[in-house]
Amino acid sequence: MGYLGRPTQEKIVFALAAALCIGFALFLPGFLTANNLLNLVRSVSILGVLGVAMALVVIGRGIDLSLVATMAISVGLTMQLLATGLPLAEAVAIGILFSLLVGAVNGFLIAYVEIPAIFATLAMGTLIYGFGKYFLFQLDVLYLPDAHRYLLWLGQGYVLGVPVPIIVFAAVCLLAHLFLTFTRPGWYLRAVGDNLAAARIAGVPARPIIVTQYMISSLIGFVAGMVTAASVASMNTRIANSTYVYDVILVVVLGGIGLSGGRGSVRNVIVGTLLIGVLLNGMTIMDVQYTLQNVIKSVILLSAIVIDTFLNPRDEQTAQQGDI
Amino acid sequence: MSYSDTFAYWRYRLVPDHMLGELLSKRWIDNAIPLLVLIFVVSLFGSLIPDFFGSANVTNLSRQWGEFGLIVLGLMIVMVAGGIDLSVGSTFALGNIVALTLLNVAELPMPVVVAATLAVGATVGLVNGVLVGFLRLRAFLTTLVTLIIVRAIVDMLLLKYSVRIAAAFPDSDAWYYLGEGFLLGIPFSAFAAGVVAIVAHLVLSRSRMGWHVLATGGSRRSAHNVGIPVRRVICSTYVISGMLAALAGVLFASRLGGAGADTGIGLEIAALTGAVLGGNSLGGGRGSAAKALIGSISVMIIVNSLLRLGVTSGANSLLLGILLLAAVAIDVRWLKNLNKVLSKVYVSPAFAALPKAPGTDPSSPYAINDKLGGVELIGLGEIDGPEDVILDADDNIYAGNRTGDIIRFFAPDYTRHEVYAHVGGRPLGMAFAKDGSLLVCIGGMGLYRVTQERDIEKLTDETNRSWVSIIDDSRLRLADDLDIAPDGRVFFSEATVRYEMHEWPVDGLESRGNGRIVCYDPSSRTTRTVLKNLKFPNGICMTHDGESFLFAETWACTVSRYWFAGAKKGTVETILPELPGYPDNINRASDGTFWLALVGIRTPSLDLALKMPGFRRRMARRIAPDEWLYPNINTGCVVRFTETGEVLDVMWDRAGDNHPMITSMREHKGHLYIGGILNNRIGKLKLDGADESWTGPESYWGKP
Repeated sequence: MGYLGRPTQEKIVFALAAALCIGFALFLPGFLTANNLLNLVRSVSILGVLGVAMALVVIGRGIDLSLVATMAISVGLTMQLLATGLPLAEAVAIGILFSLLVGAVNGFLIAYVEIPAIFATLAMGTLIYGFGKYFLFQLDVLYLPDAHRYLLWLGQGYVLGVPVPIIVFAAVCLLAHLFLTFTRPGWYLRAVGDNLAAARIAGVPARPIIVTQYMISSLIGFVAGMVTAASVASMNTRIANSTYVYDVILVVVLGGIGLSGGRGSVRNVIVGTLLIGVLLNGMTIMDVQYTLQNVIKSVILLSAIVIDTFLNPRDEQTAQQGDI
Repeated sequence: MSYSDTFAYWRYRLVPDHMLGELLSKRWIDNAIPLLVLIFVVSLFGSLIPDFFGSANVTNLSRQWGEFGLIVLGLMIVMVAGGIDLSVGSTFALGNIVALTLLNVAELPMPVVVAATLAVGATVGLVNGVLVGFLRLRAFLTTLVTLIIVRAIVDMLLLKYSVRIAAAFPDSDAWYYLGEGFLLGIPFSAFAAGVVAIVAHLVLSRSRMGWHVLATGGSRRSAHNVGIPVRRVICSTYVISGMLAALAGVLFASRLGGAGADTGIGLEIAALTGAVLGGNSLGGGRGSAAKALIGSISVMIIVNSLLRLGVTSGANSLLLGILLLAAVAIDVRWLKNLNKVLSKVYVSPAFAALPKAPGTDPSSPYAINDKLGGVELIGLGEIDGPEDVILDADDNIYAGNRTGDIIRFFAPDYTRHEVYAHVGGRPLGMAFAKDGSLLVCIGGMGLYRVTQERDIEKLTDETNRSWVSIIDDSRLRLADDLDIAPDGRVFFSEATVRYEMHEWPVDGLESRGNGRIVCYDPSSRTTRTVLKNLKFPNGICMTHDGESFLFAETWACTVSRYWFAGAKKGTVETILPELPGYPDNINRASDGTFWLALVGIRTPSLDLALKMPGFRRRMARRIAPDEWLYPNINTGCVVRFTETGEVLDVMWDRAGDNHPMITSMREHKGHLYIGGILNNRIGKLKLDGADESWTGPESYWGKP
C-alpha cells in the first residue's frame, strides 16, 4: 500500500472499476472481447466528453444542470437549420453561438446576479427546453438530413481502427487538461473554485472567469451533442428532460472531483467514465431492466456523494451559510 | 420666510418621506412583491379567461391548489431550515401509486390506506433527512438523487400494478370524499391545505420547535453553538415534507383515480418556483406559511390558466423557468440590498427652521460667565453618565449609571456610594413619588418604580398604538424624563419613536416631531399618549398650580407649558420660544422659578442645515455616520427662568473643565447638583441666597 499513498477516491474508484472488469471478464461471456471493449469505451465517450465539461464547471465551484438541455436544443437547432438547406458551416456556427449565449447567460446569472449556480442552471435547463419546444421545433426528434450524411462519420466512423467518438473524447480530455495546466484562465478557474474571495483579492477577474467557465462547458456540450447526433443520425430533444445530466454528475463525482470546487483534474473524469462504462456495459449484457439500472446508478451516485462528504467533511462550523 | 423656504416647508410637510423607511423596516414588506405578483396574475388571467371567477373554475382551481399547496408548504418548511427538497415530485407520484395500489389491489379500507401512504412518504423524507441532516450531505444533490430513485421505484410499481389499478373501482364513499368532497363549502383538499398552513404558521411563529427550525435556517452554526439539535431539526423537516407530498398524492389519487407515467414529473420545479416566488429564501431563515400560500396560488393559476388558454407544454416550462429565475434573482438582490437601502432611506430629515439664536454677549441674558468654575465634584471617575440626579429627604444623592444601575451616594460627604438598584437599563429621568418610592424612566425599557424596599416594578412599557403610524409606536423606546402630578398621574416624555436610545443624535439630524408625552395613571393602570409630534421632548416639570407642566423640546429649542387640568385644559403655550441651545431637564427652584439644563449650544451651521432637508438627506445617504453634522453637545449651561418666560440667571463653565455638557440639575438645601449624560462626575454648587431648607420632595408633597 505504501507506494500507492493515501487511498483517495480516485484510486478507490479505479480499483473498483478494475475489480468489476475482472469480475465481468470472469463471469460474463462476451465481455472481454476487443469488440466489446471498444464498444464499451465508445458508448461512454459522449458521457465522458460531457463529464469533462461538467468537471471544468465543478472545479470552478459551480454546477451546470442545463448542460444536457443546452446540448439538445443547440444541436437540434443546427439539425433543423441543416434541414432547411443552410450550409454546414453556418448551421454549426449558429448552433455554437446559441450554446455560447446560453452559457454566457448562465454565467451572468451566477457571477453578476449572484444566483446560486445550482438554481440558475436548473431553471435555465427548463427554460431552454421550453424555449426550444415553443419557438424552434415542431417535433421532439430532429433528423439529420440525407444531404449531410457525411456527418455520420463523426459518430460512426473509424480512424486507424479507433471509433471517432473515442478520439473526440481523447481530444477534449487533452485540450481540457492543457487548459487547466498551462493557461492563465485555467489557473484562475481553479483559484476561483478553491476560494472565490481570496482569488478576487489576489486580483483574479473572478466574475469574467465564472462566465467563461459556463461558456466553455456549453461549447464542449455542443461538441458532445454533435457526436451524439451523428451516431444516431438525429437529435432527440426529450433528452433534456431525462436524468442524463445526473449521469454526467455521477461521472464527475465518482471520479473524485469534490463538489466544493478547486480540486480534481481531467484524469478523475476518465476514471469515473471508465467505472460507469464498465458498469453500464455489464448491466446491459446481463439484461438488467432500465429502471433498475437507474436505481443502481442513483445508489452509486448517492454513495459517491456520501464518500465525498466524508473525504471533504462539512460540519456546523465549516459549512457556509446558504450553501445547499 | 423666503420663497424657497416656504417651498421646502410645504414640500417636507406634505410628502411623508419617513414612511418609505418605516415601510421597508416592517417584516411583512417581504411579502409585498409576491403579493403584487399574485394580484397581477389574478387580474391578468381573470381578464383573459372568460368565467375565470365562476364557481366551477374557482372550485376546480382550489381543489388542485390544495394538492399543490401542501407540497409547497412542505418544501417551505425544508427551505426555512436551510435545505431543499427536490424529491417532492417523485414522492407525490409515489404517494399516488401506493395509495391506489393499497386501495385497488390490496383492497384496504380508506383510513389504513391514508395512514400507510403517509408512512411511505415519511420514510422517503426520513431517508432524505438522515442523509442531509445527520450525514450532512448536500441537500440539493441528495434530494435530486432520491428524486431519481423514487421515480424509478414508481416506474417499477407502475409496470406491475397499473393494469390492475385501472381495472378496479373501489366502492368507498369516504375515499371519493377526499378527492371530490366539500368541507364547509370548500373543496376538501383546499381545506386540508388551509389547515396545514395555519398549523405551520402557528408552529413556525409561536412554538419552540418552529423557532428551532427558523434558527437553524438563519444560521446553522449559531444554532448548533447555542445547543439546538440542528441535525434532528433538519431531519424532521424532510420527514414533514415527505408526508405532505404523500398526502397530496393521496388527494390526487382520490380525485383522478389513475396512475400515469408522467404523474408529478417536473412538479419539483413548479413547487420550487411557488416557494421562491412567495418570498421564501433559498438558504433558509426567511419564510412563512403565508409566503408559501401566496407563491403556490400564483404558480397554480399561471400553470392552469396557460393550459386552459391552449398554450403548449413548451411555453409552460419556458415560463416556469423564467419565473423561477426572476424570483430567485429578486430574492437574492432583495436580501442583499434591503438593509443597505434601509440604512440610506430611513433617516428622512424634515424642514425645521429655528428662530435666530440669542447671543451670549454681555448685554444678552445668556451672557457667558464662569459661575460653574468652582463646583465641588462628587464621585469623580466613579460614576459614568448620570443623566439625572435626585436627592431624598436624608440628603442622599441618587444618580443613574451607564451600567444599568441607580447609584446612591451617602450624605453628608458623598464619598461612599452603593448600587441602590440594578434596573438593567439606562436610568434617565427620576422623581420621588408621594410614598417615597423612586420613579425612573429607563431608556429602552419604559417607566419603572423602585420602592423603598428596593423592589423594582415595571409601571408601563407601552402606550396606545396610533392608527396612522406605520412603525409600531405602542412600545416605549426612549422614555426620557418624568414628573408626577398632585393626583399621582405620571407624565413622562418619550423622546423619539423612530430611533433606539443610542441613536438619539440621529433623531436630531432628522428634527422631525418624533417624540411625545405620555401619561401613566396609577389608579387605572392605563397609559395614554397625551401630546404627539414633539421634537425630542425631554425635561418635564410640574408648575406650582397643579394644573400644568413645563416641557422642553430639545431639537426645537423651546420650553412650553401644557395644561392637563383646569380652565385651560389641553392647551399648549410656548414660554421660551428661542433658546441659544438644546434644552434638557427642567426642575423646580426654591424661589418658585425653574432650572433648565442646556445640553449644548446651537451652531450656525446646523441651524442653516435644518432649513435644508435635502442637504441633510444627501449627507445621511452619502457619507459615513461619524462624519455627519450633529447638534453640538460639548458646551452647555444652566438657566433659571420663570413661568412667564423671563430668564433670570445663567451659569456657564467657561473653561469646560467640570461640566461641558449638562443634562440635569437639582436644587437641594441651598446647593445645586449637576449631572450630565456624558459626564463622569456630579457637580455640587453652593447657591448664594437660596433657601437653605428647601428640598424637592417637600416642594411636591409637603412636610412629612
